[in-house]
Amino acid sequence: MAATNPEKKKARKVVKPRVEMPLQPAEERVHNFSEVATGYTHEMALEEASRCLQCKKPKCVQGCPVEVPIKDFITAFLKEGVEAAYRVIKSTNSLPAVCGRVCPQETQCEGSCLLGLKAQPVAIGRLERYIADKYMALSACEELTGKPECRLIDPDLKVACIGSGPSSLTAAGYLAARGIKVTLFEALHELGGVLIYGIPEFRLPKSIVRREIEALRELHVDLLPNYVIGKTVEVKELFEQGYKAAFIGVGAGLPRFLGIPGESLIGVFSANEYLTRVNLGRAYDFPNFDTPIFPGKHVAVFGGGNVAMDSARTALRLGAESVRIVYRRTREEMPARHEEVEHAHEEGVIFECLYGPIEFLGDERGFLRGMNLQKMCLGEPDASGRCAPVCVEGETCTMECDLAVVAVGTGPNRVLLEATPELNLSKRGYIVTNPDTGETSIPNVYAGGDIVTGAATVISAMGAGRRAAKEIAKRLLGKADVI
Amino acid sequence: MLNTILKKEKLIPGMTSKLVIDAPLIAAKAKPGNFVILRVCDKGERIPLTIADVDAAAGTISIVYLVLGKTTAHLETLGEGDAIHDLCGPLGKATEIHKIGTVICVGGGTGIAAMHHIAKGHHLAGNHVVAIIGARNKDLLLFYKELSAFCPEVLVTTDDGSFGRKGLVTETLVDRLKSDPSVAEVVAVGPVPMMQAVANATKPFNVKTTVSLNSIMVDGVGMCGACRVSIGGKVKFACVDGPEFDGHEVDFGELRARLTAFKPQEAISYEEFKKSHGCN
Repeated sequence: MAATNPEKKKARKVVKPRVEMPLQPAEERVHNFSEVATGYTHEMALEEASRCLQCKKPKCVQGCPVEVPIKDFITAFLKEGVEAAYRVIKSTNSLPAVCGRVCPQETQCEGSCLLGLKAQPVAIGRLERYIADKYMALSACEELTGKPECRLIDPDLKVACIGSGPSSLTAAGYLAARGIKVTLFEALHELGGVLIYGIPEFRLPKSIVRREIEALRELHVDLLPNYVIGKTVEVKELFEQGYKAAFIGVGAGLPRFLGIPGESLIGVFSANEYLTRVNLGRAYDFPNFDTPIFPGKHVAVFGGGNVAMDSARTALRLGAESVRIVYRRTREEMPARHEEVEHAHEEGVIFECLYGPIEFLGDERGFLRGMNLQKMCLGEPDASGRCAPVCVEGETCTMECDLAVVAVGTGPNRVLLEATPELNLSKRGYIVTNPDTGETSIPNVYAGGDIVTGAATVISAMGAGRRAAKEIAKRLLGKADVI
Repeated sequence: MLNTILKKEKLIPGMTSKLVIDAPLIAAKAKPGNFVILRVCDKGERIPLTIADVDAAAGTISIVYLVLGKTTAHLETLGEGDAIHDLCGPLGKATEIHKIGTVICVGGGTGIAAMHHIAKGHHLAGNHVVAIIGARNKDLLLFYKELSAFCPEVLVTTDDGSFGRKGLVTETLVDRLKSDPSVAEVVAVGPVPMMQAVANATKPFNVKTTVSLNSIMVDGVGMCGACRVSIGGKVKFACVDGPEFDGHEVDFGELRARLTAFKPQEAISYEEFKKSHGCN
């Protein structure tokens, strides 16, 4: 008889369970702003990496917006160790320590992992994080390129990167590592964009972002905070100053409100204001830091994305007695990373699903004291593919709250766009670019990240930054083979 | 050096100073109506201050502040040669200035300094600028000399009558409007109750009235909505849509309430500062 098919035998093998991520216990972490997930040990990482099936045609790589060679980095890690694995990751991903923490892996690489069909997928994000954290860069060049030496900077080859979030950081790093002089312009007083003002310390420690910024500084990137392009200097003036190209990565930071009565009551915050006060202003350490935040006893957060989870979990850490996420659909439809929803739930955030806001209620001094809510149910799928929330006629209720955070999305940042009318914008108000190069309607002005796509992920912004930087480098250095 | 205080003038000792700051990039762009956001130290809060004057040739801007809380008290400890930790601008939309005839510029308290820059803009555009300025008493009156340098009329009111007419700026304003139907616009900068009173006073005369709103801000570039104000029933952001709006459309009650949002925290911060006298 024919020999047993080895493939079949393999398939019958019991798949080892995924190595759990060590976490700060929920009851402990709600009292601090330290990182929730404390990271794999070396043994854990090795064990998890050994679960990879080493598929001939790895689907995970296709699932990654920047096509990190996942199979290769796992092999490199198992056979050669952290350093080799780091180099493989860095070949396409400039911010692995960030992405390992904030990417929605379940809809990207891990969502495509074959193991996921029968068991849990390989914890690719956790491995990426472990390798990035563990690797101690020898130099900025090494950190950014995985190569020991970077070319000298030509001071006349100047490129302006506007904004300092993930797309701009990626573009700046790519260009600087190839000998191009980069200036990074940031409107706020601290660099990092949404990684600094938006994502809380407990999910993405600021030290990780600072490490990336420091690496850019070592590569002679000029870092200019407090610099608003469109106000302090306009885009066209950059070219007069000798910049050969500009990359616009100013993000989508314009907060959307609900547009319901009472929204200007004291205690109603946009998620951007709430998180910016706490993250950029370090309001959690008030009065040691000056920026204040409204304490809040009973907190309501509107929205179901990562920003809503971040706001709710921030409120718990600031000492709120109760924190409710009010969402018009159910937990299944929430766009947040599963892990964030899970962590929020463990920490005691209450999910009030299938409720929509009708009105904010205030006291005579203009302070928020409650909400009127509308009961919803799920109807037919809408344009987003998710079931649309439908009002249940006549079913409303009142909820007590003295702090509300509106986290229902953002629009394009307006300052640069209003000052640069030559930029072609889409109907939704975002910058239109050539999808292959990232170039805008103004020659040599590129754009990428949320200001092109609308609010999306860190990794897709990085992908856009890299794509544009590649094109810029190609044109400036006159080579078609710039990698 | 960038952001260095080149000159400090104590206008009202312990309360109000004028700083002339080396900020060539901001000075090159700043127009009447613009403001800056500054932080005094690494742990400091971002606060907006209206630009009171600009010397583009010298590369300087002037700001005038009233010591109200921690950040302004800390600012007051800085002297010539010290640098402002973070300074960002010019922000906000510039004042709409056209040659329109007679413009009355009303200023109250520290707002007189901010109004000064707008009045100067109207003057340079060829308008006949009437300044009406008010304070509690003579010693607290700002920018009388500066305004007198280019305004053909500077009308002063004080609460106690120690200088100019005894009473409120609105009384002088109403008299002026009654006697001169040619007034094309009234601009008011000052405490919210004053701006509200001015808007109420000009309404019967159906004269365009512009006010500069001082709402609480965080980023100052349109990303947080802390500064949102209701203008004709619509939500606007003072930082990017303003800070100047049609005074007849502003919901002043809401603005007054929203300015009190952090009063308890502001008091704590100020008390802490009085103990430490610096960046914690």
